[in-house]
Formats: sequence, C-alpha cells, structure tokens
Amino acid sequence: MPGLSQYAVWIVSFLLEACVVVCSLYRREFLRYLPLNIYMIGAAIQGGGLYFCIHTFGFASSKYVYYYYYSDSLLYVLMYFVIIQFYQQVFKEMKVGSQIRTAAALILAITAFFSYMVVHQNKDHLTTRFVVELEQNLNFVGVVLMYLLWGAILKLRETRTRLIQLVLALGIYFSATAGIYALRNLFPGLEMSLLRWLPPLVGTWLPLAWAYTLVRVPESAHLAPSRLTMKH
Amino acid sequence: MMPALICVISVAAFLQFFVLHCRSILASSRKMVLSPRVHEVTGVEGATVAVSDFGRLLQLVKLCPERADDRLEIRAVGTYYNLLGALGSVARLAFASVASWTEIERRNCSYFAAVALDRRISHSRDLFTQQVAENL
Repeated sequence: MPGLSQYAVWIVSFLLEACVVVCSLYRREFLRYLPLNIYMIGAAIQGGGLYFCIHTFGFASSKYVYYYYYSDSLLYVLMYFVIIQFYQQVFKEMKVGSQIRTAAALILAITAFFSYMVVHQNKDHLTTRFVVELEQNLNFVGVVLMYLLWGAILKLRETRTRLIQLVLALGIYFSATAGIYALRNLFPGLEMSLLRWLPPLVGTWLPLAWAYTLVRVPESAHLAPSRLTMKH
Repeated sequence: MMPALICVISVAAFLQFFVLHCRSILASSRKMVLSPRVHEVTGVEGATVAVSDFGRLLQLVKLCPERADDRLEIRAVGTYYNLLGALGSVARLAFASVASWTEIERRNCSYFAAVALDRRISHSRDLFTQQVAENL
C-alpha cells in the first residue's frame, strides 16, 4: 500500500487540478482555455481512478499498473490538444490554424502508429521496462514540441505574459518527466525507490504553475520574451 | 545510449525552461517602484537592492502575514537565487562574463524580494484596517 506521503501527493494534485478548473470558471475563461481545462478534468478523474484501483485491486496488482499507464497514455492525447492550442495562439496572427491542426493530427497519428508498432512487436513481453521507455519517448516528443514553440515565441515576438508562462511551465513539466523516465531506464535498480514516485510529484508542478498563472497573471499583461534570454 | 542522450537533453532543457520561467516572474517585479515604506523598513537606498540583501529581505517577508498567491513565486525565485549562487561561484574561477551575469540576476532576485515585501506590508496593513473596521 502507498504511504502517507504518496496519498498527500495525490490529494494535492487533485485539489490543484480542481483549482485550475474552478479558477477558469470563476474568471469566465473556461472556454478560452478549453483543452487545458479538459486535460485538468481528465487528470483529476485519472487520480480518482488510481485511488479506486488501489483500494479495489491492490497496489501490486496488474490491473493497477495497466490502468496507470493506459490512462496516462490517454492523458497524453489530451495534452496534445493543449499543445495544439498553444501553437494556435502563437500563430494566430499568421492565420495558419488549419495547417497547425493538420500537422498536429499527423504527429498524433505517427506517434500512435509508432507506439502501436512497438507494442505489436513486444506484445509477448509487455514489461514495465517497455512502458517506461514508451513514456520516456512520448515525453521527449513533448520537450521537442515545447522547444520549437519557444523558438516560435521568440521569433514572432509573442508578448502575452500568460501564454509565455503557461508554455514555460509545460516545458519544465515535459523535460523533468522525460529526464526522470530516462533515468529509470538507465538505472532500473532505482525504479522501486525514488524514481517511481518522482513522476507523480512532478505532476503536481503543472496544475500548481497553471493555477498560479491563471490567478496572478492578467490576460492583458505583456512582456518582451527577448528580455528573458540570457543576453539581457 | 538513447536514454542517456534523452536524459542529458532533458536536463539541459529543464534548466533552460526553469531559468526562463523564473526570469518571467522577475520581469514583472522589475517594472514596480518600491514604496517609501520598504526603504524605511529595510534601509535600502535608491532604486537598486544589493545581492546580499536577499536573505534578510526574505526573512522580513516571512515575518509578514502570508498571501496565498505569492508563495510559489517566492519559493521558485529562492531556488533560482541559490542555483545562481552555486553557478556564480563555479563561474568565478574561469568565466568572468557568466559570473557577472549571475550577479545581475541575483540582484534582480533581491529586487523581487523587496517587491514581495512591499506587497506583504500593504496586505498586512489592509488586514489591520479591515480588523479595525470590523471592531468599530
């Protein structure tokens, strides 16, 4: 059974995810950030499902492990929609919304096809090691996408503080998660101790940073992103 | 080989995104002018705050009643300040330009702490006024 600290992490994550949705509703910005809110609702439901699985089937059961990784994969699909929205906001002026949607659908299809092929080839030995590798790759795709988006923000001189902070928070989340899964892959011996609990802990960062941005940074706030680079 | 490469790139990306995120928080405080109250309480003179004042300012911030909405940024900037301190002491040995950049950044962190103190002082004054009004 998980310890008190793990329960605390789940409860904090759940509350923060709910906080993001409530903040958006309160500020009447739910539809403006619809994919982000759907992702947060999905993450909160996943957290509830994990709790249910542990109490019904047990922490060491294969049902729990399958639920954890499969629901996580579904959350990645929702996360892609969040990334698409950020791209659309950055490229709004250029009116390339349909191209972005097409490119995103293509990336999603390629990722799904690639994952299917890998799963198909490894179906006789779908081990935790394999799932860890898949999560590491998916998160790394996220890091690359956020890096490209940050490049576009600098190039197009995007000044909306809120958008910049939401994107940077997501960049931190993806890079930390990809790094942790890569470490789990490199050092399987550490998997059952520290590295197993770091992803849920890092998971609290995203709702925390997004809730902070939605509460503290007004939609009208602007800053020059070039001032954030090291030269200044 | 591949996990090692992903790990190195992810750590580098994480550090860069973290620095950018902290700088975006600092950028918003840089526009604010410190009130005479803060100058009076801290003894800081002029528009710039010394690097060494950061710890003292943070202690004063902690003495004020907490605001729920500034805890994350104070913690993030505190981590950033310590990270810069470590980087600065390493860079001083070989890279003078990096060392001077960390000094400028740490000064910005100190200025941020002064702005946070200013906000908390106003917040506690508001609380006091509210309490007095309720007692009347």
